[in-house]
Amino acid sequence: MSALPSARQLYRALTPARLKRTVQLGFKSLWVHRLRSLLTVLGIVFGVCSVIAMLAVGEGASYEAQEQIRRLGSTNIILQSLKPLEDESISREQSHVLEYGLTYKDMTRIAASIPGIRLMMPGRIIQTFVWNGPYRVDAEIMGTLPFFPEIRGLRLASGRFFSDIETETAANVCILGAAAAERLFPIDAPVGRSVRIGSDYYRVVGVIEAESAASMGGATASGNGAGDARQAVARPRVYIPLGAAKARFGEVLMKRSAGSFEAERVQLHEATVQVASVEDVEETARIIGDILRETHKKRDYAVIVPLELLRQAEQTKRIFNVVLGAIAAISLLVGGIGIMNIMLASVTERTREIGIRRALGARKRDITVQFLVETVILSGAGGIIGVALGVVIPFLITVFAGMQTIITPWAPLVAFSISGLVGVVFGIYPARRAANMDPVEALRHE
Amino acid sequence: MSDAPLAALRDVRKTYFMGAVQVDALRGVDIAFHRGEYVSIMGPSGCGKSTLLNVLGCLDRPSAGAYFLDGEDVAGLTDDDLSEIRGGRLGFVFQSYNLIQQLSVLENIVVPLYYQGVSERRAHAIGAELAERVGLSDRLRHRPFELSGGQQQRVAIARALVNDPLLILADEPTGNLDSKSGAEIMQLFDDLHGQGKTIIMVTHDASIGARSDRTVRLRDGVVEEDTRNERVA
Ligand SMILES: Nc1ncnc2c1ncn2[C@@H]1O[C@H](COP(=O)(O)OP(=O)(O)OP(=O)(O)O)[C@@H](O)[C@H]1O
Ligand SMILES: [Mg+2]
Repeated sequence: MSALPSARQLYRALTPARLKRTVQLGFKSLWVHRLRSLLTVLGIVFGVCSVIAMLAVGEGASYEAQEQIRRLGSTNIILQSLKPLEDESISREQSHVLEYGLTYKDMTRIAASIPGIRLMMPGRIIQTFVWNGPYRVDAEIMGTLPFFPEIRGLRLASGRFFSDIETETAANVCILGAAAAERLFPIDAPVGRSVRIGSDYYRVVGVIEAESAASMGGATASGNGAGDARQAVARPRVYIPLGAAKARFGEVLMKRSAGSFEAERVQLHEATVQVASVEDVEETARIIGDILRETHKKRDYAVIVPLELLRQAEQTKRIFNVVLGAIAAISLLVGGIGIMNIMLASVTERTREIGIRRALGARKRDITVQFLVETVILSGAGGIIGVALGVVIPFLITVFAGMQTIITPWAPLVAFSISGLVGVVFGIYPARRAANMDPVEALRHE
Repeated sequence: MSDAPLAALRDVRKTYFMGAVQVDALRGVDIAFHRGEYVSIMGPSGCGKSTLLNVLGCLDRPSAGAYFLDGEDVAGLTDDDLSEIRGGRLGFVFQSYNLIQQLSVLENIVVPLYYQGVSERRAHAIGAELAERVGLSDRLRHRPFELSGGQQQRVAIARALVNDPLLILADEPTGNLDSKSGAEIMQLFDDLHGQGKTIIMVTHDASIGARSDRTVRLRDGVVEEDTRNERVA
């Protein structure tokens, strides 16, 4: 007598042939009120589509951020020199030499105090032009040590990185970043040729592989240190031996800025400390922080722990997913309520039809199934259209906004299944109401 | 005619409650209908004719008393059983046709077969044959609103016949029709009767009543008069 069919009863009521006819009937009934059905479906369409699109954008952004951080290395601790906040007095004096940042002494002290450190790789960054005949690029010249690419996860597209001997002898060799190579040597292969940096010529011995499009197009802000690292990646870079950087450029750097020159004395712009294992990273970073705090009066350095950033990024992503899930749930709930509302109206409107069908031999469960099928058609159609739009929209976002988007395969699947589930859940009440009508009353209904 | 009645009511009562008000639509009806009979039920408005027909059609259960259909006590049956009986053994014709608007003529005719689990192919064959019998072979794909009242009622009659019912129940089938289409419909019923169908028909029209074998007069929920008619023609 129950209006809710059991699984077995449902199976009996819905042999494939019958199901096909019930679905056809459902389409026919929905077609009678095309516009109404369409509007009802839209609720689910937007729900499903926004879930997939938002997930894709979020997934893309977090992938990008994590990729950036991962490239910095999870066992690395990156120290950067920061220009301290300017005082009034300094900015007025035009010939003042601002001295700040990490020093060679810092490096010695850190190396001496922490035994677990595997590699310590200091680097200098000089901002200047690099020339190849008529071609010019405003690049960051990075003075560093031979194992830089290994630590930073960079790969060589051609040639090699400089050697220990070249570092010791401060040889005039350089490795071009992909962007720099492209602009300086638009036609021929750069390896073996020479470029001019300042007044000196450097032989190009290698070119760094271009980074994936994902990280190049990066426009997502992720706050703090990762942002700096990302910016550095985006600017054309040229690598030279640390010794060469020290010898050719000295420690005082002139910076052109609006109308005046500004001089800075910075020994090291950057240093990468690598520890043996991931577990040691945070403890080591803390000790380094303590050591630097002792000797630096101003906070003219930053200690960036990629591992921590990665964790933060993962945490952020988790929160993002929870928020998304909530939005998805709410939008599908709203869509489901919309469907239920329409189905209730439809049941009332079709009271007479229900009475006729009951008089002609329809059991309660036949009526239940009929209305349930209609609801599932509505929500299923919404799900399909929503998935289609949800796949297309991220694609358009990538093409037109240049944002990385990633559609994980389970997102459309889950969104679609949920939309189907919404159909069943919100269809049950109207369908039961239809099935439980008294046949005589229903037949008398105007 | 077999002696065991096809449908028998014993002291059947039907009481409706409208809030505090109690309406006794049927107050003790004892009556039996036999196979092959053509019975007209008459009586003033509100005397309980439709209520009686609903009970006979297993659309409604008696408040008290017993109803035996084809020897079986209906009181002991479940709602699904009643649906089964309506779809498999009974045929209904209503005053207001009661066709499903979004379905075509053919689809309307075969609705009972759908619930009997008959395959669509077979159902359509049976439906087409019945449409021919009521003179609507050329209207199979039409929708009900494209038909005249008389044509719609003929669709309803075809639908009532589609499951080859034991009993045809008609509630004022000509009530909404002009005299010409009404006469056509009555001719159809006469033909069905001629083919041995059992028909119970509610009517207000004495001339229609006179065409049946037997006229049952109701008044205030009880049988007032039960007379056999001389067969016309
Ligand atoms: N669902 C109901 N609720 C309350 N009262 C009802 C209900 N159905 C019928 N009645 C009452 O029962 C009585 C008999 O009704 P019924 O419809 O059987 O009359 P009828 O003989 O068919 O009348 P008519 O010739 O006007 O169709 C009437 O008084 C009617 O008001
Ligand atoms: Mg009536």
